[in-house]
Amino acid sequence: MHRLLLAAIIGVLAPLSFANTPGAPELLNANVDLSDQAGLQNGAKLFVNYCVSCHSASFMRYNRIAADLGIPEDKVAQSMMFTTDKIGDTMTVAMKREDAETWFGIPPPDLSVIARARGADWIYSFLQGFYIDESRPTGMNNLYLPGAAMPHVLWELQGLKQPVFHTQTDELGKDRQVISHLEQATPGLLTEVDYKKNLRDLVSFLVYLGEPAKLVRYRVGVWVLLFLSVLLVAVYLLKREYWKDVH
Amino acid sequence: MNAIIRQLTGLRDWVDERFPLTKWWNDHLGQYYAPKNFNFWYFFGALSLVVFGLQIVTGIWLVMSYKPDADMAFASVEYIMRDVDWGWLIRYLHSTGASAFFIVIYLHMFRALLYGSYRKPRELLWILGMLLYLSLMAEAFTGYLLPWGQMSFWGAQVIISLFGAIPFVGEGLSTLIRGDYVVSDITLNRFFSLHVVALPLALVGLVFFHIIALHEVGSNNPDGIEIKKHKDANGKPLDGIPFHPYYTLKDSVGIVVFLMLFSVAVFFAPEMGGYFLEANNFIPADSMKTPEHIAPVWYFTPFYSILRANTVNFLWLDAKLWGVIFMGMGVMILFLLPWLDRSPVKSIRYRGVLYKSALGIFVVSFLILGYLGVLPVTEMRTAVAQICTVLYFLFFLLMPIYTKLDKTKPVPDRVTM
Amino acid sequence: MSDNTVDPGRRRFLTGTATVIGGIGASFAAVPFVASFQPSARAKAIGAPVEVDIGKLEPGQRIIQKWRGKPVWILRRTPEMIESLKSFDTGILRDPESDKSAQPKYAKNSWRSENPEYLVLVGVCTHLGCSPTFVPEPGAAGMGSPWNGGFFCPCHGSKFDLAGRVFAGVPAPANLEVPPYQFLTETRMKIGADKENAT
Repeated sequence: MHRLLLAAIIGVLAPLSFANTPGAPELLNANVDLSDQAGLQNGAKLFVNYCVSCHSASFMRYNRIAADLGIPEDKVAQSMMFTTDKIGDTMTVAMKREDAETWFGIPPPDLSVIARARGADWIYSFLQGFYIDESRPTGMNNLYLPGAAMPHVLWELQGLKQPVFHTQTDELGKDRQVISHLEQATPGLLTEVDYKKNLRDLVSFLVYLGEPAKLVRYRVGVWVLLFLSVLLVAVYLLKREYWKDVH
Repeated sequence: MNAIIRQLTGLRDWVDERFPLTKWWNDHLGQYYAPKNFNFWYFFGALSLVVFGLQIVTGIWLVMSYKPDADMAFASVEYIMRDVDWGWLIRYLHSTGASAFFIVIYLHMFRALLYGSYRKPRELLWILGMLLYLSLMAEAFTGYLLPWGQMSFWGAQVIISLFGAIPFVGEGLSTLIRGDYVVSDITLNRFFSLHVVALPLALVGLVFFHIIALHEVGSNNPDGIEIKKHKDANGKPLDGIPFHPYYTLKDSVGIVVFLMLFSVAVFFAPEMGGYFLEANNFIPADSMKTPEHIAPVWYFTPFYSILRANTVNFLWLDAKLWGVIFMGMGVMILFLLPWLDRSPVKSIRYRGVLYKSALGIFVVSFLILGYLGVLPVTEMRTAVAQICTVLYFLFFLLMPIYTKLDKTKPVPDRVTM
Repeated sequence: MSDNTVDPGRRRFLTGTATVIGGIGASFAAVPFVASFQPSARAKAIGAPVEVDIGKLEPGQRIIQKWRGKPVWILRRTPEMIESLKSFDTGILRDPESDKSAQPKYAKNSWRSENPEYLVLVGVCTHLGCSPTFVPEPGAAGMGSPWNGGFFCPCHGSKFDLAGRVFAGVPAPANLEVPPYQFLTETRMKIGADKENAT
C-alpha cells in the first residue's frame, strides 16, 4: 500500500522535475553525496581550478566554504582565492562580461544556483557529453546541450571522445544518422572511473553551492519532527481528557 | 499565589470597565457554542488562520532583507538563503506556506460543498470566503513575481497579457497593470507594494468579517442542521459545546499534525519536485528569453487549463477572449453557489445519488484540470481539458435541476456523532 | 454531558505539561527569527578587519580609517605628548586606569596602547555616539585648564585626553573604546583583529 502510494506520488511529481532537452539521451545519475566531506573538498578544488576562471559564483563567500567544508581559512586563501584577498568576498571572476560575450557568444552564467536550475544529473551528464565535432567553433559538441558554447574544459582529464553513429529510420521513412554512443578517441589523464568519481565530487559541490543550508536542513528537520511528536502526545492527551465531558 | 490571582482579576476588571475584553472572549471562544459533531473537515478553518499568521510573520522578516529592485531582487533572495542567519528557514517557511495556504483553503472550500455550509443563512459567509479566496489568489500572484526568476517573470507576463484579450481596452489595461511595455522593475515595485501592504490589509479585514459573520449565524456541521433549534433552559444549544476549551484543544491537535506535515515539506522537500519552487525560477529573469515550458504554480493550474481549453472562435469573439471569459467565470460562478443549490437538505449525508455523483465528477474534473495545467499541451490533453471544463461548468449550471430531482434522506432532528 | 467523573488534578497536570512543552516549542521557534537579526555574512564581510599603512604617519599626525562603518583613529604621538600623559594629574579623569572602559588587555595602561607611540581608538563618543574632534594644541581656547591636547565631542561637550581617557564632570561615562589591533610589520597594522582572536 505504502509503496503504491509512493509510486503514485512520484508519478505525479515526475513531470515537473528537471526537464531534459527534447531528443537528448537519458540523463545519467549523479548520485550526489553531501555527507562525503572529502569529496566536497575535492569538488571545491576542481571548481576553483576549472570553472571559476570563466564562471562566477557571486552568491558564495570563500569563508563560508571554509567553514562548511572544514578547510582552514588560510588554506582556502592560498589555494582557492585567485581574484581577491578577502576571505569574506564572494567568488567573482576576473574576466569582463563584455570580453566573455565576444569570446563565447554569451557570457558564462553564474554558477551559484546552477544545480537548482539544471539539476545535478543534468550537469553530471553534460560534463560527460562532450564529443569531437569539427563543425563547431570550439571543435566540440555536446550530447545533452547540442551547440553548447562552452568548450570542453575538462578534456585533459577525460581525454577526447568521438561519436559512433547508427542509422535510424524517422517517421517520414527517411534514414538518418544518429549518435548511438561515444567512444574514447584520445586518452585523458584520468581513467573513466576516476573521471566519473571526480565529476561526482564536482557536481556534489555544485549542489552544496546551490544551497549551503542543505548541509544542516535535514538535521534541523529531524529535531523539529521529534519535538512535534512529543508535543502531539501532550496535546492529544489533554484534548482527550477534556473531551470526556462531551462523549 | 492568591495575591497574584487577585491582582490579575483586578486588572481584568479594570480593563473590562473600559474595553469589552471578557465579553469578546466569551462571545467568540468561552461561550461561543459550536456543534459537538465536527469531524476531520472542520480543521481547515483554524489551519488557514495558522498559515495566515505564519505568512504574515515570515513575510515581515523577509521584507527586512528583500530588495524590490529588478537588479537586486534575485540576489537579495539568495542573500536571505545564504548570508542571513536562518534566512533559508524563514524563506522556505514562506514559500512552502504559500502552497500550504492553498491546500488548506481548497479543503476548507470542499468542506462547504460536502455539508452545504454556503446555504441559507450562511450565504454572506460564503461570499466573504470567496472574496478571501480571490484576494489570496492576487496575493499569491503578486508574491510569485518577487523572487524575479524566469518563472516569476514569464508567469506574470502571461497572466497580465490575459487582460489584453478584452476588446478595445485590453492592451491599455495590460500596460496599465505593468506600468511599462513589458514586466519590468516598475511592475516589480508595484507588485511588492500590493503584496506586502494592500492585499494583506484586505485579507486581514476579510478574515475579520468572515469570522464575525460565522459567529453571528453559528457554525454548520456534518449533519447540516441548525443546533440553535434546540436550546436548554439557559438558552444554550443542546448539541453545542463551548468553542474553548473543546475546539481550541481539538484544533491544537490538528495544528500540531499539520505542522508535522508542513515541516516534512519545509525541511525535506521545499521544492516539492518543482511544484512549490520551480527549477526555472533559479535562473534570473530575462526578458529576452522564454523558458521552454512555462506553467503557473499548481494552485492556479485548474483555471489555467480552462483558459487553454478553449480553441474555437464563436459568437463574434475569438478563442483567446473566450478562454479568458471562461477562466474568469470558472472562479466567479462559485459566488452563486448558495442560489444554485435547491436541495431541501444541506449535508451530503442526506443527499441522494445525483448530488453525490455530481460532486464526485466535479472534484475529479477539477483535479484533472489542475494536473493538465502543469503539462505542455498536446491535442489529446486539450481534448481531455475540454471535457473536464464542460463537466466543471455543468456541475454549477445543472445544479438547480439535479439538486431538486435528487432523492434525499430524512434529516435527523439532533446531530449525530 | 456524560456522567464520567472529572479528575481536576489530572486536568491541571496535563494542561501544565502541554503548556510547558508548547512554551518550549514557541521559544525554539523564536530562535531563528531573533538570530536572523544578527549581522549577516555580508555585514561581517564588510566589517572584516582592515589593514592600514602607517609608514607615512608623522609624529603628531592622525589618520582615520573606516572599520565596521565607524571611524578608527590612529594617532602617532610625539615624545612631548607621551611625556604629558605621564605628568598628567589623573584626579581630573573619571576612569584613569580604564577599569570601566572597553579595550583589549594590551591597551589597559595609562597610555592605552600596545606601543606608546601609536594610539588606536574607535572615534565614537561613549556618551551618545557622536564622533569627537581632535584638538591637539595644549591650552587650546575653550578647552578649560589644564588641557594638554585631546579630543572634544561637539555634541554634548565631553572631553578626552591624548590617550582617549574621559574627563570627570562631562556626560560621557567611559574612555573611548580601543579596538583589537596588531602590528603586522613596522609600517603596517591590522584593525579589528589581534593575535589572540584572529579575524
